[in-house]
Amino acid sequence: MSETLDRSKFLECMAWCGTGVVYALTGTGIVGRALADASTRPLPAGAPTFVQISDTHVGFHGDANHDVLATFQTAIDRINALPSRPEFVMHTGDLSHLSAAGQFDTVKQMLGSIKTGATYAVPGEHDVINDKGVEFFKMFGHPSGEKWYSFDAAGVHALALTNVIDITAGGLLGRDQLDWARKDLASIPKSTPVTVFAHIPLYAVYPDWGWTTDDFSELLTMLRPFDSVTVLNGHIHQVLSKVDGNVKFFTAASTAFPQPKPGSEPKPHPLVVPAGQLSSDLGIRTVTIVPGTHEIAVADETLAGS
Amino acid sequence: MKNTIASISAAAVLIAGLGAGASPSPSVATTTAVAIADYSFKPPTITVAAGTRVVWTQKDDDPHTVTADDGSFDSKGLGQGDTYAHVFTKPGRYPYHCSAHPFMKGVVIVTKGKTP
Repeated sequence: MSETLDRSKFLECMAWCGTGVVYALTGTGIVGRALADASTRPLPAGAPTFVQISDTHVGFHGDANHDVLATFQTAIDRINALPSRPEFVMHTGDLSHLSAAGQFDTVKQMLGSIKTGATYAVPGEHDVINDKGVEFFKMFGHPSGEKWYSFDAAGVHALALTNVIDITAGGLLGRDQLDWARKDLASIPKSTPVTVFAHIPLYAVYPDWGWTTDDFSELLTMLRPFDSVTVLNGHIHQVLSKVDGNVKFFTAASTAFPQPKPGSEPKPHPLVVPAGQLSSDLGIRTVTIVPGTHEIAVADETLAGS
Repeated sequence: MKNTIASISAAAVLIAGLGAGASPSPSVATTTAVAIADYSFKPPTITVAAGTRVVWTQKDDDPHTVTADDGSFDSKGLGQGDTYAHVFTKPGRYPYHCSAHPFMKGVVIVTKGKTP
């Protein structure tokens, strides 16, 4: 066995692990901490933060998790116990399992119990399955009624996008949304950290399972000129990351159940894991913006432990 | 070969009312069952006579839909155990998919006349 690093393996690691991604373990079960540069400096106290949660799937009943409300509540408890209150919380979709009114009501109430400055949500395909998102946008959308919007908070310019409607293969942003994004970003200084939220990954994680967005490359072209871009997605119920120049992609853990690793099984599905392991496969994500820099620190924490 | 296809098609066809113990009657619409399981339509392709009622039964714990590619029918979200029925009255080819998982594809081929 040669000790020389196999080039293809190395490139695979570069693609999937990304450069400048630092992983660390802590007592509370942090599984990943990724920095925009390879710095491992401690983060300054009082730096603005926001939190991403994803794929709560309220209404799911199955062997992969018999109590998704309990694990969602654990995620909320973790957020409310963070050392500093996040400026906002973004839910990156699949709030509900079946777009049912009762499921949306439950999510609305639970999100309302989070101690944060503002709560946002982008839709997952499960949230638009009955009516292309009419109810979802009524309850969780922007007051303007638009299916996509931007806002400025925690030192970032954030885009909240919809890529789950009228999908035919992977996710789909569509002409109107791409045109809107181009106009929106045109007025933003290139030094402003940009964060992009959408449910389905905005890069080709695994197109055979639809784990990609068909028209993401046009958006990526708009994002490349910015000094620091962080793309945060859900949908695949696991933490993966990729670095493409100044653009960093991170998919998030679910609070409900894991899914198989890309291509490890014939189809994606709610993954049943051994008893006691589930909470280690679920998580929340805290993002810290280092003041005076373009550095964004992404920390994924599992729901394991007390 | 033609006989083989016909017998497969006939085997997939159930007569509505059989379950209730009623005698099959030519005037009763036939029903064909399709399962939704393991992120697939089973069978993915069915051939039925015009007037057939097709019933899909959703068995996965992830929701699915039965959505015509041309939008002419749509079950909306089906949870585990839910069923959806659609009567196909006009001959033609009706490709459909799951709107939540577009890689799930099926086709209903509707032929003229009654099934044998």
